[in-house]
Amino acid sequence: MAIIAIQNLTYHYPQTTQPALQDLSFQVEEGEFVAVIGANGAGKSTLCYALTGFAPHFFRGEMSGQVLVAGLDTRHTPLEELMLVAGLVFQNPGNQISGAKFTVYEEIAFGLENLGVPPAEMRPRIDRIMALTGITDFANRSPYALSGGQQQRVALASILVMEPKLLVLDEPTSQLDPIGSREVFETIRAMSKQGMTVIMAEHKLEWVATFADRVIALANGEIILNGPPAEVLTSPLLIEHHIGQTRYTTVAKQAQAEQLWPPERALPVVIDEAEAGFRAYKK
Amino acid sequence: MSMRIAIENLHFTYPSGVVALRNVTLAIEAGEQLAIIGQNGSGKTTLIKQLNGLLRPSQGTVRIGDWLTTEHSVAKMAARVGYVFQNPDDQLFKGTVRDEVRFGPGNLGFPAEKIELLVQQALTLLELTDKADVNPYDLTATWRKRVAMAAVLAMDTPIVIFDEPTTGQDYQSVQRLAQIFQTLHEQGKTVIAISHDIDFVAENFSRIVVMGQGQVLLDGPAQTVFAQAEVLNSTDVEPPQLTRLGQRLAIGPVVYTVENFLAALRKENDMQGER
Ligand SMILES: Nc1ncnc2c1ncn2[C@@H]1O[C@H](COP(=O)(O)OP(=O)(O)OP(=O)(O)O)[C@@H](O)[C@H]1O
Ligand SMILES: Nc1ncnc2c1ncn2[C@@H]1O[C@H](COP(=O)(O)OP(=O)(O)OP(=O)(O)O)[C@@H](O)[C@H]1O
Ligand SMILES: [Mg+2]
Ligand SMILES: [Mg+2]
Repeated sequence: MAIIAIQNLTYHYPQTTQPALQDLSFQVEEGEFVAVIGANGAGKSTLCYALTGFAPHFFRGEMSGQVLVAGLDTRHTPLEELMLVAGLVFQNPGNQISGAKFTVYEEIAFGLENLGVPPAEMRPRIDRIMALTGITDFANRSPYALSGGQQQRVALASILVMEPKLLVLDEPTSQLDPIGSREVFETIRAMSKQGMTVIMAEHKLEWVATFADRVIALANGEIILNGPPAEVLTSPLLIEHHIGQTRYTTVAKQAQAEQLWPPERALPVVIDEAEAGFRAYKK
Repeated sequence: MSMRIAIENLHFTYPSGVVALRNVTLAIEAGEQLAIIGQNGSGKTTLIKQLNGLLRPSQGTVRIGDWLTTEHSVAKMAARVGYVFQNPDDQLFKGTVRDEVRFGPGNLGFPAEKIELLVQQALTLLELTDKADVNPYDLTATWRKRVAMAAVLAMDTPIVIFDEPTTGQDYQSVQRLAQIFQTLHEQGKTVIAISHDIDFVAENFSRIVVMGQGQVLLDGPAQTVFAQAEVLNSTDVEPPQLTRLGQRLAIGPVVYTVENFLAALRKENDMQGER
């Protein structure tokens, strides 16, 4: 069953003439992991806001069309109610941290308290999420006395711990170290396999290619591509719209022009395919 | 005056007791292009905040040219070291983009004409000219990051430091950044960047310092640093995409750009042709 159904969604921020999102329609099945890619200003964050009700409830602005999340019409459902089903990890971790709590542990407990989770159940959930996001060692520190990447991990943990039905993440690994980024993708992939639906705005195309079920590419507030990673990430439209491509795609394409990549073979988006393609052509 | 950076036996502990730097010794010659990579919390930001005096050593010394950072105010250090913060919101406070960019050079006491020229150049370089009269906080975070960069570039310092400049930037912006770094290099400036974007680092920096747990683990050019997969792994860094692919295909030595990957592939192919 579709957990997200968007029909002709158009959205304008207050006092703007250009829509930030223009006539979007798509559905997402329960348990799907969908990555949203696009150049700066393409509308990725705005789509994240629309999926969680922050647009229009928080940002105001004008919305037309319909966004249904787990059967709730976001426009007619209060933010507090939407928050029980859809969690948003903000692009800027500073926006996530409540500022109301003294320690990292309390910060992560904050959301669970709001959900009314019994205290006995809280500790094991928090401990597990802190371990998954690599912040166990900072449990008793102030969320502000941390490095940039550590703060981003806390912001992520504070939403993951709530186990929302729909998890929306806006560039959640932008400040993470390379292995930390990969681990976050792995964690989120595993959660989606267990039924959580995931929408993630992201620039890191190698991990999008490796972990997402589907990729939606936005340009100027419109959907330009919507399909499997291997298809979307090799489209020439990505270069045209300043989204770029993985280095694997770039080298294979150039190698193909020099007869160093099999002429009929699809261009690779992940390392395994790149390796197989180049091997097939060696000797 | 050569703006050599000399860091000697530097230790730093935050007031809360967190030990962030352990005996770092590093010399950076004027005009170098240096990238710093490593795990979250490995001390990268703490290290470069020592260079403009925002933080001061607990032990050891930091020299910028003939100045010891302990003997000069942050305001004075700003004439030598420009620093773009990891988070632009830690840096921006003016009501318009233009005022923000004008603030730094204004403070350095340059003549009015020079200030206007520097502001204009910085706005143009970051494609901010049409946003000059906007409040930075009405822009998205990605644009604020550019404003923060323009504000520092306008100070025309011999040393320019960027803390994670590629964060959140799209493909075209990253390419533009690479060009800006190249331009700064051609002007003879020292360019230092912290980054988790390892492909970007491999393609644009001649010297790479790898940090882990407050120490320098590796220091050298891409081909030697990216050959050390185990050390990199110990500080949560993966080699660039093309280095990993090159290793799997056993084409070598260590490749890390599209050009040297293809060159190695051609060479491999020619050798097979001869057999
Ligand atoms: N609060 C706001 N008020 C007015 N316009 C906004 C606001 N936030 C975003 N916009 C505009 O809406 C459009 C889409 O922005 P959005 O932030 O969704 O893009 P994005 O794809 O997330 O970009 P980035 O990669 O920079 O994060 C842009 O033109 C942007 O300038
Ligand atoms: N204000 C602070 N107070 C106390 N400890 C801090 C503070 N800022 C950073 N730290 C700690 O100092 C150590 C080094 O942090 P630093 O910010 O230098 O790391 P970094 O390498 O820049 O990491 P990142 O990649 O996440 O930005 C970490 O253990 C961090 O938790
Ligand atoms: Mg965004
Ligand atoms: Mg840092």
